[in-house]
Parts: sequence; C-alpha cells; structure tokens
Amino acid sequence: MILHDLMSYELLRVIWWGLLGVLLIGFALTDGFDMGVGALLPFVAKTDVERRVAINTIGPVWEGNQVWFILGGGAIFAAWPPLYALSFSGFYLAMFVVLAAFIVRPVAFKYRSKREDPRWRATWDWALFASGAVPALLFGVAVGNVIQGVPFHFTDDLMPIYEGAWYMKFIGLLDPFSILAGLVSLSMLVMHGSAWLTLKAEGNVQTRARAIGSIAALVAVGTYVLAGLWLAVGVDGFATVGELVTDGPSNPLHSEVARTSSWLSAYADRPWIAIAPIMGIAGGLLTFLGLRAGREVSTLLVSKMAILGVISSVGLTMFPFIMPSSSDPQSSLTVWNSSSSHLTLFVMLVATVIFMPIILMYTAWVYKVLWGKVTEDDVTDKSSSLY
Amino acid sequence: MEFGIVELSRLQFAVTVMFHFLFVPLTLGLSILVAIMETVYVMTNRPIWRQMTKFWGMLFGINFALGVATGITMEFQFGMNWSYYSHYVGDIFGAPLAIEGLMAFFLEATFVGLFFFGWDKLSKVAHLVVAWLVAIGSNFSALWILIANGWMQNPVGAEFNPMTMRMEMTNFFEVLFNEVAQAKFVHTVSAGYVTASVFVIGVSAWYLLRSRHIELARRSLTVAAAFGLASAFSVVLLGDESGYSATHSQKMKLAAIEAMWETHDAPAPFNLVGFPDQEARETHYAIEIPWAMGLIGTRSLTTEIPGINDLVATAEDRIRSGVIAYDALVEIRETREATDPAILAQFEEHSADLGFAFLLKRYVDDPRDATEEQIIQASNDTVPQVWPLFWAFRIMVGLGFGFIATMAYFFYRASFKGMDFPRPALHLAVWMIPAPWIAAELGWFVAEYGRQPWTVDGVLPTAMSVSALSMTEVALTLAGFVIFYTILFIVEMGLMLKYIRKGPYEDVEATEAWNKRHTDRLSGRRNADAITRPDATPAE
Repeated sequence: MILHDLMSYELLRVIWWGLLGVLLIGFALTDGFDMGVGALLPFVAKTDVERRVAINTIGPVWEGNQVWFILGGGAIFAAWPPLYALSFSGFYLAMFVVLAAFIVRPVAFKYRSKREDPRWRATWDWALFASGAVPALLFGVAVGNVIQGVPFHFTDDLMPIYEGAWYMKFIGLLDPFSILAGLVSLSMLVMHGSAWLTLKAEGNVQTRARAIGSIAALVAVGTYVLAGLWLAVGVDGFATVGELVTDGPSNPLHSEVARTSSWLSAYADRPWIAIAPIMGIAGGLLTFLGLRAGREVSTLLVSKMAILGVISSVGLTMFPFIMPSSSDPQSSLTVWNSSSSHLTLFVMLVATVIFMPIILMYTAWVYKVLWGKVTEDDVTDKSSSLY
Repeated sequence: MEFGIVELSRLQFAVTVMFHFLFVPLTLGLSILVAIMETVYVMTNRPIWRQMTKFWGMLFGINFALGVATGITMEFQFGMNWSYYSHYVGDIFGAPLAIEGLMAFFLEATFVGLFFFGWDKLSKVAHLVVAWLVAIGSNFSALWILIANGWMQNPVGAEFNPMTMRMEMTNFFEVLFNEVAQAKFVHTVSAGYVTASVFVIGVSAWYLLRSRHIELARRSLTVAAAFGLASAFSVVLLGDESGYSATHSQKMKLAAIEAMWETHDAPAPFNLVGFPDQEARETHYAIEIPWAMGLIGTRSLTTEIPGINDLVATAEDRIRSGVIAYDALVEIRETREATDPAILAQFEEHSADLGFAFLLKRYVDDPRDATEEQIIQASNDTVPQVWPLFWAFRIMVGLGFGFIATMAYFFYRASFKGMDFPRPALHLAVWMIPAPWIAAELGWFVAEYGRQPWTVDGVLPTAMSVSALSMTEVALTLAGFVIFYTILFIVEMGLMLKYIRKGPYEDVEATEAWNKRHTDRLSGRRNADAITRPDATPAE
C-alpha cells in the first residue's frame, strides 16, 4: 500500500474534518425532519387518522435516514478514534438517553399501528414525541458544551479521563449557554419537520404544521443570533500555540493550546466563513416566509439551507478544534492531533468516494418513488400497507 | 474474582450483544427466504407465493425493527464503555464498522421501507429487486461486522505505533481477507439461514397441525427445508474451518474448548465428553476419539497441537519480553523523535509482546515493577475458564448435527413423499424453534468468552480496555438496558405471536384481484381500478 502517499496526511485530515461535517449535516437534513415530526406529533395531529398521516409521511424513509446517524458514529470511530472514545464515554449518561430514544423510535414506528387499542397507540405516540424532541434538544446541548470546552484530560497512556462526579456528566451539561444551544437545535429541527409536513401532508395537519413551524423558524433565528452574541462577549475561545505540525502523529499530548478571549476572532482571520451564519439566518427567515406563504418544495429547501448554515458555522468557527478541553487545554482534540493513521484515512476515503454517490443515488430514487402527499384516504384505506 | 468496573462492563456488553443477536440471525435468513419466495412469485405469477412473501415479510419486519434498534446500542457501546479499546484499536476496528454503514446498512435500511410501502408503487420486478437489495444489504452487514470481530480474534495487518500509543493499520487487505473473518462470516450467515429455516418450518408445522393455511404452510416448509439443508451443511463445515484457522491464530481458545491440558503426540485425540477440572488441570472421565482432534485442528497426522500448560509457559516468556518493550516505550514517549536508535531497536524486537506486559496492569501500575509471582499469575490468567467453553461448544455442535438431520428429513418428505408430513415430525418442528437461537448464542459465547483475557487476542487485555467510569454509571445504564430490553422483548414476542396466530390475511382470490388491479394501475388504466377498490389486499 503505497497509494495512500498520493494524498498528504494533512489534506486527508482536512477532508475527513469536512466529511465529519457532511455526515452530521446529512443526518440533520434527513433524520432531522423525522425528529421534528416526532416532536410535533401531539401538536399537529389530534385524531388517530391525523397521527397516522403524520407518521406515514416519514414511515418509509426514517429507517434510511437514521443510518446517517449510525454512519456518523462509525465514521467518527474510524476517522477520529480519540474523539469517539472521549465523547461517547464523557457524555455517558446523555449518550444513554439519546441511545434510548433511538432504540424506542424504530419500535414505536413499527408497532404503533399494529394494535387498535387507543391506549397502546397513545403510549407509542408519546414515545415518538419524546424520541424526537429529546435527542433534538440534547444534540444542541452537546454542541454548546463542546464550544465552551469540556473538562477532560489524557493520561500518558492516552486514556481519556472526563473530570468530575458522574452525575455532573449529565446535569453539568445543562449550563445556560448549552441550553440555549439546545433550543437552537430543537427549534431548528421542529422548523424542518414542519416544512416536511407542509410538503407531505394536507388539511389540518398541514395547517397546524405551518403555524407552529413559522413560530419555530423565528425562535431558531432568534436563539441562534442570541447564541452568537453570547459567543462574542461571554465565552472564551481556544487557539493553538507555537509551531503547528499538521502531519505529525495523532497524539493530543504533543500540541500546545491556549485560551483566547473569543472564538469569533476566527471571522477576522477567515472572513469568508461568515457565509455560514448568513446562510443560517437567511435560511431561517426564508423558511418563516415560505411557511406563511404556503410554499412547499422551496420551503423545505430553504429550511435545509438554514440547517446547513447553522451546523457548518459551528465547525468553521472552531477549526481546527474539534473538542477543546476546558480543564486541560493541552489535551484538546484538533484536526491535527486526533485523526486515524494516514493509511486508514485513505482507505476510508476510497470507500466513501465509491459508496456515497451510490447511496445518494438510490436514496434519491426512493424519495422519488414515494413522491406525493400522504392523505387521510391513504391511511384509512384498508388495502394500503401503511403504519 | 473481584467484581469491579471491568466485570460490570463485560456483563453489560454480554447482555446487550446477546440480546441483539436474538434478532440478527432471523433477519439474515428470513430476508433471503422472503426474497426467494418473491422470486418464485414473479417467475410463476401464482398468487400463493405473493401471499407467502407478504406473510413472512411481515414477520421479518417485526423482527427487523428490534434488530436495528439493538444494533445501534452496539455501535455506541464501544465508545461509551470501552473507550480505551476504542482509542487503542479504532484505527483498524472502526474502518469495517464505518464501511458496514456505507455499503450495507444504508442499503438495507433504505430499501426495507420501500419493501413494505412500495407494493402499490413499484412494478413486480422492481419490488423483487428491492427485496433482494434488503437481503443483500443484511448479509453484507454481517460480513463487515465479522471482519471487525475477526480482527479481534486474529489481529493481522496492523502494528503498534509508540508515538500515538495505539495499533495502526498497515495493510487493509490483510484485515479484509483475514482467514478467521472469512470463515466466521460464512459460518455466521449460514447459522442465520438455519435459524430462519427452522423458524419457517416450525411456524408452518404449527399451521399444518391445526389444518390452517395448508397451501401456504406446505410450500413454505418445502422452501425452508431445502434452503435449511444446504445451510446446515454449510454451518457445520465452516465451523470446522473456523476450528482449523483457530489452530494457528488462537491456540489457547482451541485448547480450552478441547480441555487439552498437555500437548499430545500428533495426531491428538478428541475429547467427546468429560469433566474438565481447572484446578488440577486435567479432564476426568474423558471419552476420547483417537486422532480426531489432530485431524480437525491441523488436517494432518503429524502436526502437534499445543496443550494449555505449554501455552501458559509461552505466555510467561512473552510477558517477560513485553516488559522489555514497555520499558523502551516509556523512554520513547519521553524523547519522541529524538529517541536513541538502540532503544528503538529494543522496542522493535519486543513490541509484538507489548500486550502481554499489559496483562500485568491488573496487578501493578507499572509492569516493570511486577514481582515473580505476579508474572506467574498473569501468565495463568491467559487460560480462560475451561468447562463452560468445553460444554457450550459440544452442545452447539450437537445441535448443528441435529439441524442437518431434521432438515434432511423434512427435505426428503417434501421432495419424495408429496409434502406429506407425519404429525410427530410436525410437533418436533414446532418444539425445535428455539434450538438455533441456543446454538447461535452458544457459538458466540465460545468465540468471545474463549478469547478472554483479551479484547484483541494477544494485543490488548480486557481489563485495560474499559472506560474510566464509575460503577454507578455503568450499573445505571445496565439496569436501564435490562428494563428496556425486557419490555421490548415482551412487546415483540406479543406481536410475533399475534400475527402468527392471525396468519396470512388474504385468501388467494383477493391476491388475484390485487394482481389485476396492480397491473391495471401500472399500465395507467386507473378508472377501472377506482371502482373495484373496496376489497382488501393485506394491511400490515
């Protein structure tokens, strides 16, 4: 295997940093509307038929969408092993809660409509709501924590140690800034779910989704701007110090890191990254207008643009940091010190280049086959195979 | 043995992975059986086969949901509870998991929705293709997972990098074509096919005993018996292949399964049954088959298979060598790029044994401070508990031969006796439904418990692999999983039984009516369709 020398280690690391973003955004764009619809379920759909309409808009696709999440986990494991080891064990109880949500959700989808009993269905509806709203909130909370730095260090053996009592790993995550970040992600995904329901449903479900979605869009923009202002004045940033080795061995203990007054100095160094927050804000406002005006396809597209902008703004602002340490900045994970080996990154890139276009093609085909609205007639028609 | 964070984490892993594997084998096998049934439907256009596809497909769907849900746990578990493992081998182990997502899981998860929702939206052939894509996706998924697992058993294509304090990949193709992984893959998917066949035969037999859905049951039973017979042969043969590859990669596991304490002159005998005694290191009341072990393990009459006592002596040597490597490693960590070449050479020479030095970390923080007794103790630790392995293996193999016999019998009755099955045989088939699950779980037990005290054989000890977590956290999540999984299990069994009792919905005429409508619809004659719509095709 000499082939992998064709691409420099440095370049591969940047590519994989980008792919990490692609996977997170892919997850938020697809599974995001599933979570949004879950969180919206009790509010947009009152009767059983309406609920089945809402559920069946995502019924055939949620399973494939969820793979973005699983693939994201696998890709972090393969391309950023220290990040995987640290974040999954560090956010232990929060991860368990997210996991619980992702276990309940498939089961709730499949089993809800398999019995007529209203209590059975109400229980699963509640489960669908929680398994949509809770992770949507927690993902934002996690990002809020990462932005502020997480209390961890590495031992000489490179064992990641998350500091503090075990319950602090959950309760400690819920500081005001992180809760604000959680609200950004929750409102953003509710907005996205509304845009999806507007496209795929009609009647009452659609009307309610548009009303709630337009509020969610404004909340998303508001909280996002607020978080940005907070970043400017209230949150310290991180910066690498000394000579930067971008193709050295992946050892977090080999680099030096200092605190800075703000993350936002990145915008002075790389002004072009301002495009990301602009897309985020503009996308949110356009989604608001689109929902008000009753546009369907274009609203979903601008909602996607908002998500793309918001998530990439976090990554671009923090670059090259991936997971800074608040208690031992030295241990911070950056693009340059926490990747897999040169060969592994290359092999994984080849696999991605081969399979990602295939995945996108067949996913697009499936969405095309399923194109069109889910109606009340569809779900009440006994001959259909819907949930 | 003290019960600490390591044991608790192992318990959690065992509970979640064994629960996950209740659903996996049925998914693997049933996806293929359903695709075969649909193929027959598309080729013959006979409604009964569509009815079969939809009925078994529905049971597949109930099972699939839990397989997916519990599989997510597995992917999280490494990072959550085994973070040092994740750091130490993520460079190699992570890749097949990620490729599994890219190549396999995306495929099956994207198309499984279309399989259930696409009956009215796709042409027959397109739907058939979808069914096969789901089956192929599921089976590819198993391939990549077993490449990852195979690497834990036989860590090829990688070496330790002192600068990053972890194993790094040196050759992807060695990881990919690891002989242990390949044998395990075929063995495991075959086991899945046997599981699904026994399931289909059992449920069909239950219908026949009650004289319900006779047409569907007979045909299903015939397909499953043919498929199951081939798979049962494959599972036993490839199990043998696994044993053969273990001879060179995992000698200790093989010796423990066989309770072979002393190295025997070639060809070694096979202990058919006996009572292994770990303390005395001997096997009481053993019934031996001469030569058999030598033949299975080495496929020769002259190659020796080392016994446990000799392997412990080897382990002791390797621990001492590993301590030398560790000593050099500490120096390299200090001096980094400026390391004295002599130290590097010392490290190179002994680095293959570094993992053995880590065995001492259970007793001392710095392996260089270990006493003589601790070294002896650590080398004895390399012997897994023998009796559970010995018996689990024998029960699994016994069941394997049982499957061959059963499948052969049903295949014979189906092919040469006009699908006429005697009632006692049908009763047996119903009672046999749990057997393949028992065999599969025992097989995994042998593979993973037999690998102890290592997570990655000879590279990283289990005791060192865990996360820095408190007992409270792990106990909390373990309790969470147990409660959660128990509820899910009750719900899924309830639904499974409900839908089996209910049986396939539609009768053949309804399917024929659907057939006609479907053709009309796809050819664009929607008007006729709207009028005849009220009669039923099956709901899910």
